[in-house]
Amino acid sequence: MWQAFRDEIIAQGHDFELVTVGLDAAGAEACRPYVDAAFEVGRHPALVDTSHLVSELFGVVNIPNSVWIDEAGMIVRPIDVAPAPPSVEVKRESPFAGLTEVPDRMMEIMGEAGKIRSDPASYDAALRDWIANGADSEFALSAADVVARSQPRDADYATGQAHFELATHLEALGDHPAAITHFREAHRLAPDNFAYRRQAWSLEPSVEGPLKRFVQGPLQGSDNEWPYEGDWLTDVREMGAENYYPMWQA
Amino acid sequence: MITKSLTVPRTSFEDRTGWAIKPEGACKGDVCIPLSDDLTGADELDLTKLAEQMNLPLVHDEVHGLWALGPDSVGGRTLVSAEAPDFTLPDIDGNPFRLSSLRGKKVLLYAWSPY
Repeated sequence: MWQAFRDEIIAQGHDFELVTVGLDAAGAEACRPYVDAAFEVGRHPALVDTSHLVSELFGVVNIPNSVWIDEAGMIVRPIDVAPAPPSVEVKRESPFAGLTEVPDRMMEIMGEAGKIRSDPASYDAALRDWIANGADSEFALSAADVVARSQPRDADYATGQAHFELATHLEALGDHPAAITHFREAHRLAPDNFAYRRQAWSLEPSVEGPLKRFVQGPLQGSDNEWPYEGDWLTDVREMGAENYYPMWQA
Repeated sequence: MITKSLTVPRTSFEDRTGWAIKPEGACKGDVCIPLSDDLTGADELDLTKLAEQMNLPLVHDEVHGLWALGPDSVGGRTLVSAEAPDFTLPDIDGNPFRLSSLRGKKVLLYAWSPY
């Protein structure tokens, strides 16, 4: 999706590059199928971020999130929700293809996901405007605005970020129970960071098979084994799916 | 930043965080946090002192002998400067990638997840 956009922009003669960052403690092997599929269209740097470094450095709080950086290495927009370009026809196999049984929870998750709102048209127009006009674009923010609009971070949030990095490191070392302890602290101290919650939930397999990482919650009848305060379905219902992403703000 | 030791090379801290240790202190863009002389002159940084002076969280995992040094909260925001930190992350094939390799191009940095 983004690869086709990137190739179109480069073909127009712009000095532009797409850098994708896969946020996953499970690393390159988890990211690879998606990157390979994308590379069939266009090759760009495709990075693997096992500890969500881009959350610490740029303020990523969910996916998909983007940062715009100009030719001089200056951030001109800190985090935006980056919906897929509207012009692209998304060919995607049904996530349920080949499954004989889909857990009720997964159907409920898909129901909530269907209510999530974003604004692909506005984002696409803004991005193209910046690519064409650079610093003259109304969507390129001043340095002061970039800082002022960056993700709030107090001492607690920063501590949560340290716990999160430690959690992913412990997960890589194979100490899953210790990782859970630190993921829980990260969730408590950095509650705005939904990517932190999704990462932790995705590592608790309530089901086997292709839905394993997407259920992100306990199945019916197994609540007392779920090691987290929340889960995707419960949290999204509490916040209201329509509030899942902040609205586009020029 | 994960470390097994409470002393780390200055260059490791700088590369990882985007803060530069100068005579004035720890600096990023136009912002400098004053540091004691034993830190500003050092090739190896005492993390306990650094964390205290920069108000950085330091989380300990006793079982594995690990420390996690967290980010600053200067100004109550993630960014203190619009200068993009020149980070390094591995690409899908494990090769290190530096953001500054794309200087001269507009960059769309796009975070996604396989779940």
